[in-house]
Amino acid sequence: MASIKIHQNNIKDRDGLLEVCPFNALEWEGEELVTNASCKMCKLCAKNGPEGVFEFKDDPVAVVDKSLWKGIAVYVDHDNGKIHPVTYELIGKAKEMAAKIDHPVYAVFMGAGITQKADEILAYGVDEVFVYDHEALTHFRIEPYTAVMEDFINRHKPTIVLVGGTTVGRSLAPRAAARFRTGLTADCTILDVQENTDLDQIRPAFGGNIMAHIQTPAHRPQFATVRYKIFSAPVCVDPTGVVTICDVEEQMLESRIRVLEVAPKQASTSIEDAEVIVVAGRGVKQEKDMELVQRLADLLGARLAATRPLIEAGWADPKTQIGLSGRTVKPKLIITCGVSGAVQFTAGMTNADLIMAINNDPGASIFDIAHIGIQGDLYDILPDLIEKIEATEENVCTTIPE
Amino acid sequence: MLRITTCIKQVPGTTKVEVDEETGVLKRDGIESKMNPYDLYALETALKIKEKNGAELRVISMGPPQASEVIKEAYMMGADDGLLLSDRKFAGADVLSTAYTLSQGIAAQGMPDLIICGKQTTDGDTAQVGPEIAEFLSIPHVANVIRIREIKAEAIVVDMDLPYAVETVEIAFPCLITVEKGIYQPRLPSFKLKKATQDRPIHQLCLKDFTDQNETRYGLKGSPTQVVRIFPPEANTERETWEGSGPELVGMIHDRLITEKFI
Repeated sequence: MASIKIHQNNIKDRDGLLEVCPFNALEWEGEELVTNASCKMCKLCAKNGPEGVFEFKDDPVAVVDKSLWKGIAVYVDHDNGKIHPVTYELIGKAKEMAAKIDHPVYAVFMGAGITQKADEILAYGVDEVFVYDHEALTHFRIEPYTAVMEDFINRHKPTIVLVGGTTVGRSLAPRAAARFRTGLTADCTILDVQENTDLDQIRPAFGGNIMAHIQTPAHRPQFATVRYKIFSAPVCVDPTGVVTICDVEEQMLESRIRVLEVAPKQASTSIEDAEVIVVAGRGVKQEKDMELVQRLADLLGARLAATRPLIEAGWADPKTQIGLSGRTVKPKLIITCGVSGAVQFTAGMTNADLIMAINNDPGASIFDIAHIGIQGDLYDILPDLIEKIEATEENVCTTIPE
Repeated sequence: MLRITTCIKQVPGTTKVEVDEETGVLKRDGIESKMNPYDLYALETALKIKEKNGAELRVISMGPPQASEVIKEAYMMGADDGLLLSDRKFAGADVLSTAYTLSQGIAAQGMPDLIICGKQTTDGDTAQVGPEIAEFLSIPHVANVIRIREIKAEAIVVDMDLPYAVETVEIAFPCLITVEKGIYQPRLPSFKLKKATQDRPIHQLCLKDFTDQNETRYGLKGSPTQVVRIFPPEANTERETWEGSGPELVGMIHDRLITEKFI
C-alpha cells in the first residue's frame, strides 16, 4: 500500500529538507534521508519538496468484493426492552441511504424478553428485525453481545453497521469492528453513501476544531457510531417488514464477566432529553446570579445547563455540562447567556433547532452559529425578560399555586 | 504479584489546531506535547491499586521516539517500567492498527493481569482503542469504570457507569478496563521520583520484535479507514443579529418566544 519513496540520488541541497515535513517525520540516518514513525502519509513532501526527491507510491490494496455485502444494519440500543431513541434516528439515516443503493434496512435486537418489542421497530420502516432473545443476554456483557453481533454479520453480511454512540454502543462497536478487522468511525455527524456502497463519514476531531471525512474503501462491513440527537427519527409507517427470531447458541454466551448488582439511578433529569435549554456561560459574574438564569429556565419549562468554566467553578451540576467533554444536546430551543462559544462547547449543541445567543461582545464566536444573535448584556436583559414572561404567564394562567 | 499495564499517549498540548485550507493538513508548528489528560486517570487508578494491593506497573505507548517523554512522566508519577513501540512502519495508523500494534507490544512482554486505559484521547476523541486491544488479546473488557471495588486473587470488581444504572461487575483476569475521568484525582509528577528515575531505561520495541511481523497489519497499511480530507468546521451563515437597548431587546426576545410557542 501507500509509502513515501525517497530518491537519495536526487537530493541536491540538504539544507531545509527536514522542514518540508510539518510533522517532523523526516530525519537523517547517516547520509540517508528517511521517514520516521511520525509520518502521516500526508504527501506534503511529495507536493512541496524539491523535485524528484519524494515520491508517494500508492500500491493497490486488496479490496473485498463489495457486491457480497448487502444491507444497512442498525444495532437496537435498549435498556430492558425500552428502546433508546438514537436507534430510531439511525434507522432514519439508514433508510435514507438504503434508498440510494437499493439495499434493505435491518435492525439487530439482542436482550432478554424483548421479542414482543420488535414490532415497535417495524413501525419505523425497517425491512427485517433480527431478534436474539435469551436469558443470558439480560445484562450487557461484552463477550456474548459481540458474539451475537458476529453471528448476525456472518449470516447476513451487511455492508454498513450503525451503532448508537451510547455507553453500550461505544463498547460494542469497536469490539465487533476489531473482530472483523474492519474500520469503525466514531461519533459521525454526517453520513452518506456512494453508489459503490462506500460510506462517507464525517466526524469532528481535536475537540471539534477540525472535521475529518473518512472512508473504509476496502473492508466490509463499515462500522460507524453516531451520538444521540445528531439525526432525526423517521415518521412512522404501516409496517411491511418482518421479525426473524434467531437462535442463540450456547457457545455465544461464554463470558468471564459476572454482573453482581445493578443499582438504578435517580429518574433522568438529563439535559439530553430537554426540549428547551437555557445555558449559563462565563458572562455570569457570580454564583448567586445563577438564580437569574435558573428562573428564566423555570419559566420556559427548560433545563439549566452550563459551560465548562462554570462546572469547574462548582456553580452547576457536572451532568449539565454541554460540549465535547460534556453532553450533546439537540433541543428545540437553546438560549445561551454570556456564552462565548468555544468550539468545544458549540460541538455539543449546534444541532439545536433554534439557537438564541445573548452576549455583550459583538465579536463572540457564539454569534457564528447562533440563529439569533442578541448583542446585549445579560444583566440588562434577563431581569426584564423574566418580569415580562411572568406578566404574560399570569394573564394566561389564572390559578397561581400557593 | 499483580501485573498492571497502562496505555498512555502523547497528544498535542492544545486542541486549538487549525487546518491549512489549501493543503488540508494540520498546522502543528510550535505546538507542545503532553500526556493525554484522560490517561492520567488510568495511571492514577493503577497507582492506587499498586499502593493498596501491591502491583508491578508498566506503561506502554506507541509513537515517535519523542513520545518517550510521556513514559518519563509516568515514571515520575510512580510507574515501574515503560515500553515505547516505535517504528516507521507504525506510521499513519488508525484505530484498528493502533490497537493491534499495542496488543502485540503488550503480548510481547508477557500478558499482564490487568490493562487500564483512559476513556479516550483528546486528539482522536474516539474511545475505541481500549476495547479493540481487548478484542485482539481475546480478553474481556469493561468500559466507563467509575470505581474500583475490590481486587481479588483472580478477578477485579468494578462499578460501571450506565445511563440509567450503576452496574457492579466482576471481571476475571486477564482483563482490560477503561476508566472515566474523575475516578481518582491524578497526582502530580514527583521531584523525588524524577531524580530517582532519571536513568531508568525506556524499552523500545519495533516491528521485528513482534510475534506477528506481517507489515500489512500495521501503520497505514493496516488501517481500514482512510482520511479523505480534513477541513475546518463550518459556521452557520443564516443568522439574524439583534442590537438595541435593553428594553428593545427584551421586547424582541419576548415576541419571538411567543411566535415560536415557547411561552
